[in-house]
Amino acid sequence: MRNFFRRKSSREVARDRLKILLISDRVNCSAETMEMIKNDIVRVLSKYMKIDTDSMEIQISKTANTERGAKNPVLSANIPILDIGNGK
Amino acid sequence: MSEVLVVTSGKGGVGKTTTCANLGTGLAAMGHKVCLIDTDIGLRNLDVVMGLENRIVYNLVDVVEGSCRLKQALIRDKRHPSLYLMPCAQARDKTSANPSQMVKLVTHLRDIFDYIILDCPAGIEQGFQNAVAGADRAIVVTTPEVSAIRDADRIIGLLEAREFSQIELVLNRLRPDMVRRGDMMSASDVTDILSVPLIGIVPDDEHVVISTNQGEPLVGSMTPAGKAYQNISYRVSGKDVPLNLEIGGRITFWTRITGIFHTTG
Repeated sequence: MRNFFRRKSSREVARDRLKILLISDRVNCSAETMEMIKNDIVRVLSKYMKIDTDSMEIQISKTANTERGAKNPVLSANIPILDIGNGK
Repeated sequence: MSEVLVVTSGKGGVGKTTTCANLGTGLAAMGHKVCLIDTDIGLRNLDVVMGLENRIVYNLVDVVEGSCRLKQALIRDKRHPSLYLMPCAQARDKTSANPSQMVKLVTHLRDIFDYIILDCPAGIEQGFQNAVAGADRAIVVTTPEVSAIRDADRIIGLLEAREFSQIELVLNRLRPDMVRRGDMMSASDVTDILSVPLIGIVPDDEHVVISTNQGEPLVGSMTPAGKAYQNISYRVSGKDVPLNLEIGGRITFWTRITGIFHTTG
């Protein structure tokens, strides 16, 4: 029974894989570029605060709930702050 | 007013040629004047699917090079007098025609036909550029598989960049039983991902193989795929035929219950 709740059907697996795959396909941005952007953001933010670099997420996607017509990609970053050093 | 459609997919083997043959035949059976153009230079096969391979004398490359008149390269279909096929060259390569020649060709054909349907080769190179050059409406064929959908998405992006006003999706080879089992993406999964309107769902049907063997499109026959292609033809011509997005995809209380029994028992 536990197993039943945990298991994803292959249909869901396919759907989830495609969703992630197409985000990067559509913006045409390589993994290396994303890594470089991420590193630069870390460098800049680290001057002002202590951030959690391990659990930060950076993604480029089309705007949420977008239709095909919306062409502008959006960069969204989710960066947990560990400590805001007040104007060190 | 005539309309020029390109049938494309990115990935090979998903059913572009079958869709072209059946859509063309379906529209011709409704009384429209239709011209099918095979643009896959070097790898022609729309002629065999249509059963017209023995009648070819001239082809698309002869026309664009001016070595024959336009009408000499048009082959009349066996059963539908308003349906014609323009085959492509077999012994040439993709560079034998260019997009501006294709635009010119299509412009001439607009005077004669109601619908001009271009069968696009797989891939996104010159053959694709040629096929889409003169078209004003695109039909993207895909199957419910990750590779085909990924390529379809790429193609849709390219078509959008060319500012196609109408891009529609044909979902081919759907297996309702597999969707029900949770082992195949449903039509709504695919449209969610691709965000392009669906113009038809063709179930996986062995009759397609049989009809291809015989060289006779099955549109309009009482087979699952025949009915699906008939509906697609109606929708392309502007008739409003309702589409059942949930073929096999309905997860009801009952299927959940039986699903639990299967996994536990």
